[in-house]
Amino acid sequence: MLFNRYRRGLFITSFLAAPVILYLVYVISPYVQAFYIAMTDWRGVSATPNFIGLENFQRLLGDSVFWKAVTHNIALLVLLPVITIVIALFFAFLLNVGGRQGVSGIPGSGFYRVVFFFPQVLAVTIVAVLFQQVFRPDGSGMLNGPLMGLGLNPVGFLSDPDVAFWSVLGVLVWQAVGFYVVLFSAGLASIPKDMFEAAQIDGANRITLFFRVTLPLLWDTVQVAWVYLGILAMDVFAIVWVMTDQQGGPDWSTTVMAAEIYRNAFEYFRFGYASALGVVMFFFTVGFAVLSLRLSRRERIEY
Amino acid sequence: MPNTPHITRRELLRGAALVPVAGALAACATPAAQPAPSSAAPAATSAANPFGVGDKPLEVWIFDGGFGQAYATDIHQPLFKSKYAKVEIKHNSTKEITKVLQPRFAGGNPPEVIDNSGANAMDFGALAQDGQLQDLTPLLDAPSWDDPNVKVRDLLDQSVIDIGTYDGKFSVLGYVNYIHGIWYSQKVFKDNGWEVPKTWDEFLALCETIKKSGKMAPFTYAGKHPQYLYEPLLTMAAKIGGNDVLVNIDNLEDGAWTAEPMLTAAEHWAEVGSKYLMQGTAGLDHVQTQTAQNKNQVAMLPCGSWLENEQKTTTPDDFAYAMFPIPDITDSDAMPYGTLHTQPGENFIVAAKSAHPQAGMEYLRAMLSKKAAGDFSELVTTVTVVKGASEGRDISPGVTSASKAVADAGENAVYYRWAAWYGPLNDEAKAATGELMSGGLTPKAYLERVQKKADEIKNDSSIKKYKR
Repeated sequence: MLFNRYRRGLFITSFLAAPVILYLVYVISPYVQAFYIAMTDWRGVSATPNFIGLENFQRLLGDSVFWKAVTHNIALLVLLPVITIVIALFFAFLLNVGGRQGVSGIPGSGFYRVVFFFPQVLAVTIVAVLFQQVFRPDGSGMLNGPLMGLGLNPVGFLSDPDVAFWSVLGVLVWQAVGFYVVLFSAGLASIPKDMFEAAQIDGANRITLFFRVTLPLLWDTVQVAWVYLGILAMDVFAIVWVMTDQQGGPDWSTTVMAAEIYRNAFEYFRFGYASALGVVMFFFTVGFAVLSLRLSRRERIEY
Repeated sequence: MPNTPHITRRELLRGAALVPVAGALAACATPAAQPAPSSAAPAATSAANPFGVGDKPLEVWIFDGGFGQAYATDIHQPLFKSKYAKVEIKHNSTKEITKVLQPRFAGGNPPEVIDNSGANAMDFGALAQDGQLQDLTPLLDAPSWDDPNVKVRDLLDQSVIDIGTYDGKFSVLGYVNYIHGIWYSQKVFKDNGWEVPKTWDEFLALCETIKKSGKMAPFTYAGKHPQYLYEPLLTMAAKIGGNDVLVNIDNLEDGAWTAEPMLTAAEHWAEVGSKYLMQGTAGLDHVQTQTAQNKNQVAMLPCGSWLENEQKTTTPDDFAYAMFPIPDITDSDAMPYGTLHTQPGENFIVAAKSAHPQAGMEYLRAMLSKKAAGDFSELVTTVTVVKGASEGRDISPGVTSASKAVADAGENAVYYRWAAWYGPLNDEAKAATGELMSGGLTPKAYLERVQKKADEIKNDSSIKKYKR
């Protein structure tokens, strides 16, 4: 009996050891090291960084570019989930229960399902390069070509500091929507069809159906989507770095925290300072995660 | 009813929320101090072998950019090999110098020779601050590869040595002489009867003529990379107010950016920005604008002497690149017509803590031979810093034009170093220059903004300061 229990413990430990060690070495230990590096003046090439206490954190308080990046992250944190979820819910609803009977999608939904998922299949870098061409400011841009054809002035989608942020947001939404359409479709599929039929027999139209039946039953999935998108908004980097002018410009109008961390580390070689920015970003992200879990605490609907 | 799994969504969510955070903090490990390798000369020195090259291998990393890497494997390395057959050359190339080599420096085993160039080059200031750069003064005082009576120092312009000096030690060798100016097509100018402008009024008149002709736009620059425009702006300011304008900016003097010559230059370029730019310039990069010039959509753009090589695949055969210097602005400019911004680039360094720095210096000495530099010029159509290396070689119209401009300028060559010294200031100047040219900032506000950043850097104790 004792031997059996011991063997079982050994068995479990042997399976857990590898992932736990990997996690400790490649996730936890870099975290801890980043906290330490944040308190040094390390420039990335020397073997002996000097300990300077909280000086880096003092410095970042006055770093206007970094705080601009923070406001962009916060704007994305609010806008990206809202816009993506609204569009994705709308599409998922139409594709699954938006048809005439209320139990199937609109005609051609199989085709749209595939089309909406396309952006998800593309690598982020490819999306970024693709949109550089779409947003080109001359006649060969996909958006400005028609505009100029109509005799209008071309829009500097990426070169006008007032517009560039919205272009980035647009691309992020474009890329994210497909995945959430699929996520919400899966959620919808798990809602029993008889609910929709019952509501229809009681005379509910599509709008009532959506707000009174679909949305409440999907609430859990929407929460998951919200947190995922929130994290995406915090971590957004590749699109900004590859697509925008001057990597976060023009005039810092699209920069985000991750871009500033990268810039300070790998362009200015201020690894200590960049780690300090990373620590700040870490607390922002953890704060967001805790907050969103608190706020979304809500009784499950049992069905 | 579907069965809910035991892991609730909330739990899953909580787990999922924390995992991607890991990505936020790049997993950069803290450096480990290693015993410094002994850099004592492994072999005796002699007149033929001035640094004492031993038998240890020589590792070379080339930035695989506009010049490619064939010049290293086909010209420089065979020449080195011809003298040191025993030394094994480990040739490597990359477009991402920092990503590949920064860990090698942090780990204490850097390669010997590095062409630290391109957008992802390592920060020279950081390397110098940590004593990673081999002092190349012995190279300057060594006899040249071709002639034992001529020192390497005499092959180079003083500006090359000044620019390569960090903390009083010559440690960075710029191999290519970048000559900046306004570039145009000789054919286009000849066909339309346009003349190279000698004064700013002539320049504006030319822009007006080109604009009215309707054939092409007068002027453009790489709008996505506004450093292409602050270059002529600074050169113009130096021409108006003298070399000290740039020296003060480099030394982070108070009010260096807001000085009167800078304001005049900024006003002049803002006028070009508002009236004569090709449509869409702000959103185009260097390749797009340069290709537009090749297609005769625009007449002039500011660039450096790498332009011809960079554009060789899209340039029509009879295009005939040429450049002209900043025209005279006032009647009393501090510097004469022909004043030129020249700056060595394609920066080679030898890592001080590498296993065989002697071979690294010898490799650079081979590169500075007449044959190596001349062959290099021909292969990549550009001008090197080695004096007279391209003499007697008919390379290309652009190289001819740029070489002539250098000869005409004589002593009146200027340069600046703040952009390489202070990365954050460079990025702020880029951002602000873009705004100046698109009308988002007035010339005064533009200079005040860059000055503010310069002051910030001056007061930041963590940023090492340089003087020239």
